[in-house]
Amino acid sequence: MTEALVQINNVVKHYTRGKQTVEVLHGITLAIPKGDFVALMGPSGSGKTTLLNLIGGLDQPTGGEILVDGKRIDRMGNAELARWRAGNVGFVFQFYNLLPVLTAERNVELPLLLTKMGGAERLKRANVALEIVGLKDRARHKPKELSGGQEQRVAIARALVSDPTLLVCDEPTGDLDRKTADEILTLLQRLNREYGKTIVMVTHDPKAAEYARRTVHLDKGTLVDEPAH
Amino acid sequence: MFKQIFAITLMNLRNLPERLGASLVIVVGLAGVVGVLTALLAMSEGLGATLKATGRPDRAMVLRGGSDAELNSGLDRDSATLVTEQVGVRKGADGKPLASRELVLIAELPLKRTGTSGNVTLRGVEAGAFELRPDLKIIAGRKFAPGLNEMLVGKGVTEQFEDAELGQVVRIRGADWTIVGVFESGNAHDSELWIDTDTAQSAFGRQGYSMVLVGLESAESLPAFQAALKAETRLNVDAESQSAYYARQTGGSTAMIKVLTTVVSFVMALGAIFAALNTMYASVSTRTTEIATLRAIGFGPLPVVVSVLIESMLLATIGGLLGALGAWLIFNNYAVTTLGGSFTQLVFNFKVTPRLLQAGMTLALAIGFIGGLLPAVRAARMPVTVALREA
Ligand SMILES: Nc1ncnc2c1ncn2[C@@H]1O[C@H](COP(=O)(O)OP(=O)(O)OP(=O)(O)O)[C@@H](O)[C@H]1O
Ligand SMILES: [Mg+2]
Repeated sequence: MTEALVQINNVVKHYTRGKQTVEVLHGITLAIPKGDFVALMGPSGSGKTTLLNLIGGLDQPTGGEILVDGKRIDRMGNAELARWRAGNVGFVFQFYNLLPVLTAERNVELPLLLTKMGGAERLKRANVALEIVGLKDRARHKPKELSGGQEQRVAIARALVSDPTLLVCDEPTGDLDRKTADEILTLLQRLNREYGKTIVMVTHDPKAAEYARRTVHLDKGTLVDEPAH
Repeated sequence: MFKQIFAITLMNLRNLPERLGASLVIVVGLAGVVGVLTALLAMSEGLGATLKATGRPDRAMVLRGGSDAELNSGLDRDSATLVTEQVGVRKGADGKPLASRELVLIAELPLKRTGTSGNVTLRGVEAGAFELRPDLKIIAGRKFAPGLNEMLVGKGVTEQFEDAELGQVVRIRGADWTIVGVFESGNAHDSELWIDTDTAQSAFGRQGYSMVLVGLESAESLPAFQAALKAETRLNVDAESQSAYYARQTGGSTAMIKVLTTVVSFVMALGAIFAALNTMYASVSTRTTEIATLRAIGFGPLPVVVSVLIESMLLATIGGLLGALGAWLIFNNYAVTTLGGSFTQLVFNFKVTPRLLQAGMTLALAIGFIGGLLPAVRAARMPVTVALREA
């Protein structure tokens, strides 16, 4: 196995609500090699989103280590983490989270605003990303004028545009019908195989998991070998 | 950083049409606050300017010792004459002391506005009065002739009172007076009736005067003049510069307007702040997911804060400008009289000066800032993961 892109060591995550502290992840250890496509499955409330957010640097673990590409992201402050995310991770959400006032290409351009790139170059790259997801002809459309599947493609283009090594997707097909879901999953698979993107994808759908190289099961905050029945 | 702020701000503003109703709350609220503030300040400014324009530092007003206003002062003929002979008094063109012994009375005339009678200052003046008040210009007719029941009226009086026009005869305190001229002086005298002092004394059965206005050799001669008056044992009078006298009159009337202005503006501003807070909280919360998405992508919290502030301050500015413009259009040079039956009417114009507009806009921006800051900070401090879950 090649060197792990994501190395999670004994990660614990607590949430505090008022005086109550709940331990959501109980010592997770997981290695994700570069070029992997991991499906993360498990019952509702098992901590999938929590773990994915930790991998994507959106949140900090209560204990343990998270290394991505050799960097300890669990030690970074908020500002540093934000910069790290901008350069290293692409996010795909269940509800696409496109900005409704912006056209597809402007949505895709957003992450590039955090770079030193000039305006013309940014739009060129945005259109290349849209071409990869097969939506070059919809560059000037607003999200409202697109179907759910098309919106998710735009969101994937946005995740790709700054060329991150890691894509984290939280139920990317959760809101789509079977056929559209298969198209999105095929696209993700292509990004993994042709473009070498390392992908971590949370899903409830066993069919979706089949597109991944492997599946990891989470149950009540612990990694398990087989899904709980 | 600027690119981030610019991008997010532009996005917020593009989003504005969808939040038009809520955004209008800020605009309208601020227009109201700034409009009212500007109007009130313009009133105080106009009144102050009118009174201030009436006084000059090289003129002294001599009143009976202890009197604080012309109307409750009185000097007998000998004292009044003695006052004009003291050191520091300038000589007029005729080589005599430049002075005007004046008798100030209250007359009643019917107000155009209500038909009821209002008080007017009736001033008996001597020839020197015109030289002492060079701002005063006869704009219609001529001066009164000594010994005749003729009267000059201020421009403000003709505007505010019934029958106070050139050629009319008005009855005051049992005597008929023909209006032979109208004058304009751009100050408090515009609200007065002027007649000859001697004629006034005989018509109204008065022996003495209310005060003496003297021209000083210079503003610096005042202390010497005051000392001379004090040293003269036959006199019991107080002298102060004409500008000090009118500044004192201004103080009383504008202080009340200032209190009113402060209270009204404060209450309205408080209301506007809450309206702005409410609007901006709503505006931010409808964009919780958007903001969280941007944060997830790597946008910093500062651009989020700044963009929300820019939005609220922009709306506040629009409102403030509308309010200021409205106040300016409606109230600039709007002529009013002071109210109150027991005082004499004083005509003055509202003055909407650039300084006032600036004060109004400063208040608008401050309200926009406060109204935007808390929602902005809350939006920026909300953990990204929590905000994303709210979708
Ligand atoms: N900010 C928070 N504060 C308190 N508890 C939280 C918070 N976020 C998540 N939790 C709790 O942590 C647990 C795991 O949540 P998580 O969203 O990771 O589950 P999940 O596996 O993604 O579930 P689903 O399949 O429904 O999306 C849940 O019990 C949830 O209520
Ligand atoms: Mg989840």
